[in-house]
Amino acid sequence: MTGIYLDNNATTQVASEVLNAMLPYFTEQFGNPSSLHQFGNKVGFAIKTAREQVQSLLGAELDSEIIFTSCGTESDSTAILSALKAYPKRKEIITTTVEHPAILELCKSLEKDDYTVHYLKVDGKGRLNLDDYRKVLSPQVAIVSVMWANNETGTLFPVERMAEMAHEAGVLFHTDAVQAVGKVPIDLKASKIDMLSLSGHKLHAPKGIGVLYLKRGTRFRPLLRGGHQERGRRAGTENAAAIVGLGVACELAGRHLGYENSTVMRLRDRLQDGILAAVPNAFVTGDVLNRLPNTLNIAFEYIEGEAILMLLNKEGIAASSGSACTSGSLEPSHVMRAMNIPFTAAHGTVRFSLSRYNTPEEIERVIAAVPGIVAKLRKLSPYWGDNGPLENPEAMFAPAYA
Amino acid sequence: MWDYSETVKDHFYNPRNAGSVDAANATGDVGSISCGDALRLQLKVNPETEVIEDAGFQTFGCGSAIASSSALTEIIKGMTLDQALKVTNQDIADYLDGLPPEKMHCSVMGREALQAAVADYRGETWKDDHEEGQLICKCFAIDAVMIEDTIRANNLRTVEDVTNYTKAGGGCSSCHEGIEEILAKVLAEQGMEFDPEANSWPTPIPTETIPAPTAGKLTNLQRIKKIEDVIDQVRPALQADRGDIELIDVQGNQVLVHLVGACSGCQMAGMTLGGVQQQLMEALGEFIHVVPVQRKAVGG
Ligand SMILES: Cc1ncc(COP(=O)(O)O)c(C=O)c1O
Repeated sequence: MTGIYLDNNATTQVASEVLNAMLPYFTEQFGNPSSLHQFGNKVGFAIKTAREQVQSLLGAELDSEIIFTSCGTESDSTAILSALKAYPKRKEIITTTVEHPAILELCKSLEKDDYTVHYLKVDGKGRLNLDDYRKVLSPQVAIVSVMWANNETGTLFPVERMAEMAHEAGVLFHTDAVQAVGKVPIDLKASKIDMLSLSGHKLHAPKGIGVLYLKRGTRFRPLLRGGHQERGRRAGTENAAAIVGLGVACELAGRHLGYENSTVMRLRDRLQDGILAAVPNAFVTGDVLNRLPNTLNIAFEYIEGEAILMLLNKEGIAASSGSACTSGSLEPSHVMRAMNIPFTAAHGTVRFSLSRYNTPEEIERVIAAVPGIVAKLRKLSPYWGDNGPLENPEAMFAPAYA
Repeated sequence: MWDYSETVKDHFYNPRNAGSVDAANATGDVGSISCGDALRLQLKVNPETEVIEDAGFQTFGCGSAIASSSALTEIIKGMTLDQALKVTNQDIADYLDGLPPEKMHCSVMGREALQAAVADYRGETWKDDHEEGQLICKCFAIDAVMIEDTIRANNLRTVEDVTNYTKAGGGCSSCHEGIEEILAKVLAEQGMEFDPEANSWPTPIPTETIPAPTAGKLTNLQRIKKIEDVIDQVRPALQADRGDIELIDVQGNQVLVHLVGACSGCQMAGMTLGGVQQQLMEALGEFIHVVPVQRKAVGG
């Protein structure tokens, strides 16, 4: 039995076209792009092509707005730390409670350095309130950083509108678009977004390559200083092979954008309907009508996510969970908690994230497997009786030190 | 994915004694829903002999929580209540051929469910005295609550102190930032400030908190010889830096040393002692606290 990979928000397989484009840059094209001789020269041209391919997918006005970095996390850190350095008098940051740790952990550490961070809250469906946002926008704010799409639920934030609001208030706007690039149409030249992060391994390029988009004219301070690479904005010899791969991956993503939003979306919807029809006490989390086309996050009440994943894995199905146990922390996912999902459901959330490589047969096999797995675990659950959840389950089972 | 043993996987995929027990006369409900682990243990106890004739569990939790519950019921079936109460969480983990450090709390939960069920049978109320915090030190599975409590109880000041008292941070040292944050928080509560450059060893370890030596195999003489060997090995390096270290005495787990010359009083002293202490622990296989002393203070 071959495996069924439904964990594409965690990472994706490298497309074969991408791998083939990369291989020469490990062998005959090994030169340093900064070198004048024939070994380096070609590499420089290949990087230029890749930069244009990224530019095109993002709808950026200029290819010089594309800065290659080592990952999404580096792009996020560079964006925020640059704004703080460029505007030293401004001591506030606006972000949301549901960002990726690449933003949240950085913000937590900045709080220790006496920055004030405003964390915008979300409602039960994971949506922001723009009035709350307007209230905290002020000349004290150095940067707003809001993710385009949530990695756990796929919920989309209105970042284009929020960037305009930031602009009107004279504040820089950054978006972590790591999950959005390649899945939603993006046209940065028509937007007020000043900075945007993307990561190669979420769109079938390899791990360890990212991009920071920096709108021309945005005040910027590099994170890594040194050589003149990336016009001095990100020093360090270019990861040429990965950059070439990312370029090809962006071109492929652009060509498949329609496919993602039709075929992949229909597969996702079929998976959702199939599971919900067969499994009681399960619900979709996040903003169901406004989310990434490939992402489905389901909460299975009264059972725990890691146990579900282990049984899925035994059947060759790869997914992920917001349960505390998968991360080794004691709390369920901060995204589920921010949406006020009860603990008995938050621990049982499972994220299925598809890609253009999934097939209808795979989806049917998952739909066939899930009900039995959930039933097996519910039979073990102290909240579950012979015919369904206990009446008033929280009162029937109230363990010590809950 | 976690690195689960085959036994853990087996007990998860094929749990033993799952479900409630007919004619159960003891129930223990423990766990924490917010943490995502909770367990109901039911026992059928023979009132004459107090032998556990049947045991069953229902668990809300991850793979290792389910496996720990399954293992627990297998271990205690056929035991008397008194025998069962002697089962430790380590016994449960051992039965499963080990658990990852992040998952040791699953075995703790099993043991607590057992205590709660026995208390229920005997008509007592069981109170949980176990509070668990975020796992800080992954090498030795030490959580934040344990570190905080130990800092408060012993007036600890430095990361090194915390390592000496709890072992946290004594492994790969990646958690030192986390330990410093806990120190800063606890010290702030007491109106003090955490000083990353402070010398440790503010107070010698009160003897009652020193765990009893476990190195039963070594005679006293062998033990002291080993300590001397370790000290002798580090001396050339110190002497090269115009310092020296001298073994003064060994009292239980405390190894008293005298630092000489360029080593004493400087910032390097703490690092030197930490390194010596680590080497001693490795050589002896037991917990050792290296305490710096002035030579004349000893023997008086
Ligand atoms: C929303 C979001 N931001 C940032 C990252 C981090 O990207 P990278 O792994 O390239 O550092 C991820 C990846 O999980 C993500 O989903």
